[in-house]
Amino acid sequence: MAHAHDAHAAHDHHDDHGPAKGIGRWLFATNHKDIGTLYMLFSLLMFFVGGTMALVIRAELFQPGMQLVDPMFFNQMTTMHALIMIFGAVMPAFVGLANWMIPLQVGAPDMALPRMNNFSFWILPFAFTMLIGTLFVPGGAPAGGWTMYPPLSQQTGEAFPMLIFAVHLMGASSIMGAINVIVTIMNMRAPGMSLLKMPIFVWTWLITAYLLIAVMPVLAGAVTMLLTDHYFGTTFFEAAGGGDPVMFQHIFWFFGHPEVYIMILPAFGIVSEIIPTFSRKPLFGYDAMVYATASIAFLSFIVWAHHMFTVGMPLAGQMFFMLATMLIAVPTGVKVFNWTATMFKGSISFEPPMLFAISFLFLFTIGGFSGLMLAIVPADFQYHDTYFVVAHFHYVLVPGAVFSLMAAAYYWLPKWTGHMYNMKLAKAHFWLSTIFVNVLFFPQHFLGLAGMPRRIPDYSTQFADWNMISSIGAFGFGLSQLLFVYVIVACIRGGEKASDKVWDSGRPHGLEWTLSSPPPYHSFETAPEVK
Amino acid sequence: MAHAQTTHAPSEKYYVPHSSPWPLVGSVSLFLTVGGAAMWLNHSNAGPWVMTVGFAILLFMFAGWFGAVIKESEGRFYNDAVDRSFRMGMMWFIFSEVMFFAAFFGALWYARNFSVPWLGGEGTRALTKIIRGDNYEASWPTDGPGDVGGDFDVIPAFGLPAINTAILLTSGITITIAHHAIKAGNRAVLNIFLGLTIALGFLFVYLQAHEYIEAYQHYNLKLTSGIYGSTFFMLTGFHGFHVTMGAIMLAVVWFRCLKGHFTPTHHFAFEGVAWYWHFVDVVWLGLFVFVYWL
Repeated sequence: MAHAHDAHAAHDHHDDHGPAKGIGRWLFATNHKDIGTLYMLFSLLMFFVGGTMALVIRAELFQPGMQLVDPMFFNQMTTMHALIMIFGAVMPAFVGLANWMIPLQVGAPDMALPRMNNFSFWILPFAFTMLIGTLFVPGGAPAGGWTMYPPLSQQTGEAFPMLIFAVHLMGASSIMGAINVIVTIMNMRAPGMSLLKMPIFVWTWLITAYLLIAVMPVLAGAVTMLLTDHYFGTTFFEAAGGGDPVMFQHIFWFFGHPEVYIMILPAFGIVSEIIPTFSRKPLFGYDAMVYATASIAFLSFIVWAHHMFTVGMPLAGQMFFMLATMLIAVPTGVKVFNWTATMFKGSISFEPPMLFAISFLFLFTIGGFSGLMLAIVPADFQYHDTYFVVAHFHYVLVPGAVFSLMAAAYYWLPKWTGHMYNMKLAKAHFWLSTIFVNVLFFPQHFLGLAGMPRRIPDYSTQFADWNMISSIGAFGFGLSQLLFVYVIVACIRGGEKASDKVWDSGRPHGLEWTLSSPPPYHSFETAPEVK
Repeated sequence: MAHAQTTHAPSEKYYVPHSSPWPLVGSVSLFLTVGGAAMWLNHSNAGPWVMTVGFAILLFMFAGWFGAVIKESEGRFYNDAVDRSFRMGMMWFIFSEVMFFAAFFGALWYARNFSVPWLGGEGTRALTKIIRGDNYEASWPTDGPGDVGGDFDVIPAFGLPAINTAILLTSGITITIAHHAIKAGNRAVLNIFLGLTIALGFLFVYLQAHEYIEAYQHYNLKLTSGIYGSTFFMLTGFHGFHVTMGAIMLAVVWFRCLKGHFTPTHHFAFEGVAWYWHFVDVVWLGLFVFVYWL
């Protein structure tokens, strides 16, 4: 039956071919738009699941003392919140955007490997069923932190193999997604679109995909070693057998540091698309942006041990990793400079995507600066494992990566659905999010510098004030996101008709704006010519 | 436009299958396979059964998915652009495999250069031994200060491993001869040398299994023999698994050759598997040098 299905399709494959009827459209999808939509909806769901866990954490930390959950469950929440937000919310959202936008932006009919595209999506719901399922097994969910450091992670109960295998599945999904992105970009570009004529979002995703292929297998190797240490008697991470728990940290962060750039490079791409549109100027220093992105990607491979300055490392190692880390500030500075220069003397308007992009520019830069502080070895000895670190990476991930995703949604949603959304509500969502995200995370800098450790369910009373403010910010931020969902759902269901260019008063640039809104089911049946 | 398309051969357009059930079948099978494995590790009696069902569905998925692709390929649905996509996809898949092995080679390198010397009190770590209260001398091979798994001997490089190296290198030559034959349209030479490659592949796996049995029975070298046993068996084990997969893939391509599939210009499946074969070959050279020899 299925054979006939696949082969048959070739014969009635016309331009006017619409989507299949019923649930089969989604289950057996090969269309890049359908798969992109699935990815983004899945990501939105995980955003709320992981967000709910964050609220459990902040509710417990609202006041000193133990009130709501026991410490074990608190630790499960911090671990699961991280895993779900990283692998379930942020990464799939970017892959969803890649699915929707890359074929549109390079002038291709679809992604290069459509069936594999479906595979890389459909693995995810199963992987997260397994991961979230760990909450209900004896011993509870993993509670040793998302970094899974041994020997602590080896104390996990029955959740342990489920965690490992869930990570394997997510890795397989990411690798297939990345291969698809690379092949689509390298093989499916419209005639005339040379590499340095590609939209900047495509460039950032291309480089991200290379990072993914290089490091996801290393994570798979690391967790496989955890598994064999636990069940099959190997001693990779046990000193008695000649291994070393610190070795896990090295292998893990060889994956983990490029991973943080996997979550921010596509965000750079999105912001680089949006700022020129609403500044009505071309992107300042396009080539420099491309080279900066590539430099950041290269440097991301040689900075991993800055996550582990306090574990005991030779001085030469500390010096090397400190200096290499600080070097990243150079290409990142190029980017921030170029975004600012793009806006300089531009005719700026403040539509929701631009608001989020500007907010990204300011708040991501704060996260970048606190990152520089953490890169300094003697300072890091003090900051390590404090709330300062928590504040730092939430600044780059929430008003960084997540805000870029919201900017992207508000930028391209009319193109996807064919409808304009409610601008007033979107702007309200923006202001609520931006204010509350700062109420939520800025006080955590003070808490960290004052010495409050992370991953702790209770704290000394001296930290009470800022924790309460932070928790208020958390609930404000979380509830504001319901508005986001409302705006999206309303936009999908209807609204003012969007034009092909969508942002007629702005300066949208790129092939996606030459198609109708919404675009035809098979994006570019005939490749456009790019001059 | 649509009319013009239908009168031409389908290969003029980039082929996008309309829908496919196989990815979802694959996702279910992976879920059941690893879910069953997790249940098994947690001592559930149902674990092996769930895993077996998952694995069976996985095999069914491979047969169905590749069957569909082969049918489309032989039906000439794929133009040069599709062929290029497959090639690039295979290349980057192999690169991801290289990185997977890199993690284990990295562990070997770290253990030999850092963790073992440090456990032996190298440099500023003189106190390590005093605190631990033993006389552990850093050396390689080792099973660590805890003598985990007990004393063991190592497999000498210039015995069976050297023979295995010769076998794999020879198989690299035979598959290249087969490749030249497929390009020249010489089916008889293709079939013979591809068959020879498969035979050499399985011979390698057989000898490797023999070596494992020797190691366990006569050398007391086990997966549990400290860091040496861990790196030795995980590296050679994953490599042996990849050789097995490669040999099975070669066998599938061989049967396709016998059925008359492929042309001198249209034979991606053959080349993809050949690349994969060279990849397991190169990994073996790394293993021979860094695991067995040095």
